Amino acid sequence: MATASLAGTAATEVLRPTSEAEAVEAFGDGDGVLVVGGGTIVVPDLTYRRLRPAKALLLKDAGLSGIENEGGRVTIGAATPLAALVDLPAPIGPCAANIGDREIRGVATVGGNLCAGEGYEAPRGDLQGPFLAVGATVRSAGAGGIEEEPLESFLERRRSRLALSISFQTPAAGAFAALDRPHTHDYTALAVSGARGADGTIRLAATGVGWWGVRLPSAEAAADDPEAAGRAALEDVDPQDDALASAWYRRKVLPVLVRTVLTELEGVA
Amino acid sequence: MNIVVNGTAHAIESGPLTPLLDVLREELEITGPKAGCHQGGCGACTVLVDGEPRRSCLLPVAYADGAEITTVEGLGTPESLAPIQQAFVHHYAAQCGFCTSGMLLAAQAYLDGGGTDDPEAIQEALGGHVCRCTGYAKIVDAVAAAARGESFDLTQTAVGKYTTVTTGGAT
Repeated sequence: MATASLAGTAATEVLRPTSEAEAVEAFGDGDGVLVVGGGTIVVPDLTYRRLRPAKALLLKDAGLSGIENEGGRVTIGAATPLAALVDLPAPIGPCAANIGDREIRGVATVGGNLCAGEGYEAPRGDLQGPFLAVGATVRSAGAGGIEEEPLESFLERRRSRLALSISFQTPAAGAFAALDRPHTHDYTALAVSGARGADGTIRLAATGVGWWGVRLPSAEAAADDPEAAGRAALEDVDPQDDALASAWYRRKVLPVLVRTVLTELEGVA
Repeated sequence: MNIVVNGTAHAIESGPLTPLLDVLREELEITGPKAGCHQGGCGACTVLVDGEPRRSCLLPVAYADGAEITTVEGLGTPESLAPIQQAFVHHYAAQCGFCTSGMLLAAQAYLDGGGTDDPEAIQEALGGHVCRCTGYAKIVDAVAAAARGESFDLTQTAVGKYTTVTTGGAT
């Protein structure tokens, strides 16, 4: 009995924590540790030996799964499967429902999606957009211990951190718009998320216009006029050509998606 | 690690990161699940893990430790096909057959969850599965028929197919 994947991972030390504390200790400063949430991104990399980690940290039994809602403040464990997010309010629920298919959503995790590295042919991490739009904060472990910070700063250093949970205040209104995917196994080429807070503040974010999700501050500043906001969004991004779409196409479509999201937000009381 | 496959318990020797697909095919020699793309894009390796459809190529076997696995070998027998298999035969929903075991298990999970004959719902449930013969319409027809609880006399299905050929002048 011998398989390519078995041969490829034989030298990897596998860590299977059964609590958050064990997971944090096993992760340490993250050096040489591959975090396996649901496995949908990293298992093919292990199978094809693109990854040969010294250690693999399996989170399935670490008690990091679940969604809590305390007075509108929602906290989602990093190992929660995407399927559990589908019924959350926009923009999070509709975005989660637009990732993969039933079988992928059943095992792929929130933490894995947020921490997804740049794809080989296209950007990944669809949930970065809606979580940026709702102003989420991430609680994570690594060098310096457990810290909580805005998602924007977490994304910058996500590869050296173990995401534990993500929290946000449920927005007064939310909206999500994305380019259709040709097939469920495709990543989304471009998506825009929007949220209106209780104080009326509009936050907008996009995925697919860079290697991870970005806020659209120029569009936010022009949010009262969806047409103008759509044009302004182009000042906030530097789209790339990749396997899914050209930069030219993304620049054509981004204003449309921004306008769609803002128009939908206007229509939600 | 231990898994139960189609009612039979197995102690697993493969390492914990080995994809369940490789454990099934290489260690246990259960070859119903197919290794199409080995990266989650085709659905040919789908099995049921505690009743839920899962891409076995994406699942480290450690994540299936203690689970009950159903492959196409456990769905029915050649003498007594499961209703969804009968529907596939009757509707000619298999061509080359490579995607069929994954399609069948995804369809079975859909039916077990109370799925109806709504074509859009069936397409959503089977949306992650690729048929390289592009025989999607007949697959959706078959799942819809099974969802309606239709039964089939496969003897007649086969005879009708054979008779058409022989009476058409074939030698």
